[in-house]
Amino acid sequence: MLLEPRTHTPLWMTIIAPIAAVFVVMVLCSGLIMWAGAPVLQSYIALAKGAFGSKFAISETLVRATPLMLTGLAAAVAFRAKLWNIGGEGQLYMGALAATYFGTGMVNLPAPLMIPFLFVVGAIAGGLLLLVPALLKTKLKVDEVVTTLLLNFVILLMANYLLFGPWKDPMAMGWPQGAPIVDAGILPKLIEKTRLHGGLIFALLASVSVWLVMSKTKWGLEIRAVGLNQDAASFAGIPINKTIIRTALISGGLAACAGVTEVAGTKEYLTLDISPGFGYTGIAVAMLAGLNPLGVIIAAIFFAGIYNGADSMSRAMDVSNYIADVITAASLLMVMLAVMLTRMRIRFS
Amino acid sequence: MDFLDMFLNIGFWAATVRMATPLIFGTLGELICERAGVLNLGIEGIMTTGAMVAWMWVYQGGDLWTAVLVAAVFGMMFGFLHSIFSVYMGLSQHVTGIGITLLATSLSYYSFRMLLPGVTTPPKITPFQELPIPYLSEIPIFGEAFFSQSPLTYLAFVLVGVVSYVLYRTPVGLAVRMVGENPMAVEVQGIDVYRVRTGAVMVGSGFMAVGGAFLTISVFDAFYFDMINGRGWICVALVIFASWRPGKALLGAVLFAAFDAIQIRVQQSSASFIPYQFFLMMPYVFSIFALIVMSRKAAYPKALLVPFRRGQR
Amino acid sequence: MTDTETVLRVQGITKNFGDLVANDAISFSLKKGKVLSLLGENGAGKTTLMNIIFGHYTADGGHIEVFGKKLNASNPAEAIALGVGMVHQHFTLADNLTVLENVILGTEPLWKWVQDKAAGRARLKELSGEFGLHVDPDADIKSLTVGEKQRVEILKALYRGAKILILDEPTAVLTPQETDQLFGTLRDMLARGLSVIFISHKLGEVMAIADDIAVLRHGKLVANFPVAEASREIIAEKMVGEAVPQPRRQIMEAGEELLSVEDVSVKDENGQQILKNVSLHLHRHQIIGIAGVSGNGQKPLSDLVSGMCRPGSGQLNLSGEAITVFDPKEMVAKGIGRVPEDRHVQGVVGDFSVEENMILETYASARFSKFGWLRKKEVTDYAYSLIKAFDIRGAGPETIVRGLSGGNMQKVILSRVLENSPQIILANQPTRGLDVGAATFVHEQLFKARKEGAGIILISEDLEELLAVADSVAVMYHGQISPQMPVESVTLQQLGLLMSGEGFSVHSKGQDHAA
Repeated sequence: MLLEPRTHTPLWMTIIAPIAAVFVVMVLCSGLIMWAGAPVLQSYIALAKGAFGSKFAISETLVRATPLMLTGLAAAVAFRAKLWNIGGEGQLYMGALAATYFGTGMVNLPAPLMIPFLFVVGAIAGGLLLLVPALLKTKLKVDEVVTTLLLNFVILLMANYLLFGPWKDPMAMGWPQGAPIVDAGILPKLIEKTRLHGGLIFALLASVSVWLVMSKTKWGLEIRAVGLNQDAASFAGIPINKTIIRTALISGGLAACAGVTEVAGTKEYLTLDISPGFGYTGIAVAMLAGLNPLGVIIAAIFFAGIYNGADSMSRAMDVSNYIADVITAASLLMVMLAVMLTRMRIRFS
Repeated sequence: MDFLDMFLNIGFWAATVRMATPLIFGTLGELICERAGVLNLGIEGIMTTGAMVAWMWVYQGGDLWTAVLVAAVFGMMFGFLHSIFSVYMGLSQHVTGIGITLLATSLSYYSFRMLLPGVTTPPKITPFQELPIPYLSEIPIFGEAFFSQSPLTYLAFVLVGVVSYVLYRTPVGLAVRMVGENPMAVEVQGIDVYRVRTGAVMVGSGFMAVGGAFLTISVFDAFYFDMINGRGWICVALVIFASWRPGKALLGAVLFAAFDAIQIRVQQSSASFIPYQFFLMMPYVFSIFALIVMSRKAAYPKALLVPFRRGQR
Repeated sequence: MTDTETVLRVQGITKNFGDLVANDAISFSLKKGKVLSLLGENGAGKTTLMNIIFGHYTADGGHIEVFGKKLNASNPAEAIALGVGMVHQHFTLADNLTVLENVILGTEPLWKWVQDKAAGRARLKELSGEFGLHVDPDADIKSLTVGEKQRVEILKALYRGAKILILDEPTAVLTPQETDQLFGTLRDMLARGLSVIFISHKLGEVMAIADDIAVLRHGKLVANFPVAEASREIIAEKMVGEAVPQPRRQIMEAGEELLSVEDVSVKDENGQQILKNVSLHLHRHQIIGIAGVSGNGQKPLSDLVSGMCRPGSGQLNLSGEAITVFDPKEMVAKGIGRVPEDRHVQGVVGDFSVEENMILETYASARFSKFGWLRKKEVTDYAYSLIKAFDIRGAGPETIVRGLSGGNMQKVILSRVLENSPQIILANQPTRGLDVGAATFVHEQLFKARKEGAGIILISEDLEELLAVADSVAVMYHGQISPQMPVESVTLQQLGLLMSGEGFSVHSKGQDHAA
């Protein structure tokens, strides 16, 4: 079996690839649905309805898509520079911790200032968290994958300590949760009687901004050059370490903002389950989007739909909602394969 | 707390060896993969699968040793899947590995839920019992700590020797080491690079799965979600700590486990003033420090992370 | 000749890479005990053809017979089994393993509990003795010199019982004297009945060793005849096609001093001395050629002038002023234009467009960016003007560079460098891998810059190129540099001796690979 590079990739292939990959994953996962004894087509219809079938479903999907957009952007930016930030989960909690620390009474500002303030302190906290692995990578050549992964556990334990200890809200009847975010820091609701909050607007703006930075600015040029060919970038005078550090701050900051949207938007206080693996799913979001910041919006909504749809499918059809995780993981792998096949063709000899 | 007492305590050493066992399996497995030039970040998920499958096999009435074999086979299947992406397709080993971990974990959880719907408290099985080795286990302290262990623990120690021997003394071991240094050097000698790498990743993944199985059918008697809890990532760090040598991997795993055992004992004796979460952080923090300390000396297999593509210019 | 046995027959071999026809219906045969030399310019398809014979690539058409048996190989195992051995241009050795391990890999069944290293060592020593290829079986590959590594490669083939040996550009990394030694070994092999395919683009060597000649051009076999019937001129014409007029070097009076390297020493990260007391003086209107076998300090010298490393001791002066900041950006700002050694590695970002590569050094200037935003229109206009000025064919500003030919890729780099009118140009192997037309274009551009007042350092392993282009030549050996010699006063023989270390003060073995 040989792989041969294609001389050029037609546009339709680039567009079709992720869609085809997701389709293949759905077909493969129908085996799991059959194993559960549920009818495949009805199950998928139930999933689609649960995701996008009503105004409420759509609003819930968008609530879930909000942090995914941010963790997806975090992964997309970092992966562009070949900075393998797998620590989105830890950075998310870091952002949530910072928002809780500053947003539960320590600082009191009017809402138009308080909300940006929470995003800023959250982003700084998350950026600093990723700065550690980034410095270890640039100064000591320590592989960032392992360090970012390990830091996830450290941060989660830190949150665990704070919520069972000093930050535990005495009003929460023994539950390990933080004090509520002050009113001025709560992200405004976008639609009455839904949970949809201003975090979505923030995530959309972030996507567009990241897209602009990556494609239109010299920072973006530097990040892409470092990721594509570090030797050539270095030879041309692009500061490699500075670019990696800058990328780390941006990426960690974006993931942390997901923590802020959850604490100040969805939940309104910090708990230990504000993220069911948003940090990891963000990697799948970024890959499905082809690392394109605008593609991240669609990919995040898609995966959010899968998760919410799987929840209602599991209620209706008795298929475990872990199927959403399976679909996410399988999509991540299949998309990589599909994208590669747009650049290579396989030849069997 | 008297440290001397602790180090003379049989329970402490026995616990160290016990806690080292899954790390030995995992680290050896990862080491085999990386020696062949493939970083296998599927380890965390593959250990989860091993843990789930082995437990389920015994729970459904299967035999313990067959369960170990079944876990290994499942591990190898995920290893093969990893190889398709990372070896044959030459895709990013970082992202592929994370993908395999997410897939193996989610499939394990899904299967567990499907096979045992509506279970709230995890049911229990009868795990491997301690198997004292005649005479050796009667040596005071040392023998009692090291030779009254689960048979899987003995297997782990034996495998360190086997892996070491195979890597350095047999033709296939030479091929594995060479393919991790320069795949082209293997290709020109008429050996299929893809097969060597795939074989190494599959065997390594089998080891990882057995490491996971040890947790559910030897130390504990039930399967819990999130029970691997970063052990796989710690193994990845340990491989670097061990400079890709099986003997040092054993040393690293035991050191690490000893550290963990100390931590648990200190935690029990001083729970009043240091929150337990900080003790739980220690393994991860320690791993990061180990990476930092070793970073200057790290002599990576030269072709680690470098995909090989046949017939291309 | 008719009574000798044909050991290898190549029939109608065709191979495409995408749109590129690398080999177009090539047929020839090799006779026992003979040397067939495969000639052709870079990119003519020589290596592709050999890789097909050895089983690295699968041909799209045609077939190969070895000792009368059809070779269906899609991997090297079958070719090896039939007695074909190959010494690749880029060594295929694992640096951290020993010579013996590199040689015996694949000679035993994989699944065996005991590896018989003793037998392997004995046979390796026997072969070493028989062919005069001495090398320590237990040395790590990384401790060997380039010449020794090549010996290991030949031993690998002999160990497998090769009857047909393919040597891909074996002399590219050797001094003329080492080349003579290699030829001695090859003659020993021929006397023992081996046959050799010898790939080269150096005519002199070919005339010295070959029995038959096959010439490839643009993937086609354009000539195949005994060496006795050929002359240099005929072969050269067959290789190049039509004669390309070589630009003539004008004699110019050197101007004031632009760059002086004063007694510079550099150590690498392992503490190895890779530059030793190097001094060099470059003047306006001057081209200095740096000769030497690859790995003797050319890379650190080039890194130094490019701003990629800093001197451990000694200093660099730019028009009399000492350089204190060693950084690529700083060097560009000071008017040093740098053409890197490897286009694909350091020269371009392959997945970037032409325009992005063209501004890779200057994107941060006020011309191309404002408040951090790239001025897209400005960039594209600039790219259009360079594409026109440097005649980069088949490419627009948005074309991805990866798909361009070597020549066009080099033009992208040249345009980026020369458009800033640098006073000093460092060109490291600027014509490597280019066909004659593209190489000539590069030389013309260098001459033009020289005429406009630049001083140029040209690093090349091709002595003929240096003698044709440079005004003066210096040779590097083990991190040292010889005095600069006017090109009119040196001969190939003299350069060859210098390249093998004659006349350098310290002879230290085993360092060249570390450079």
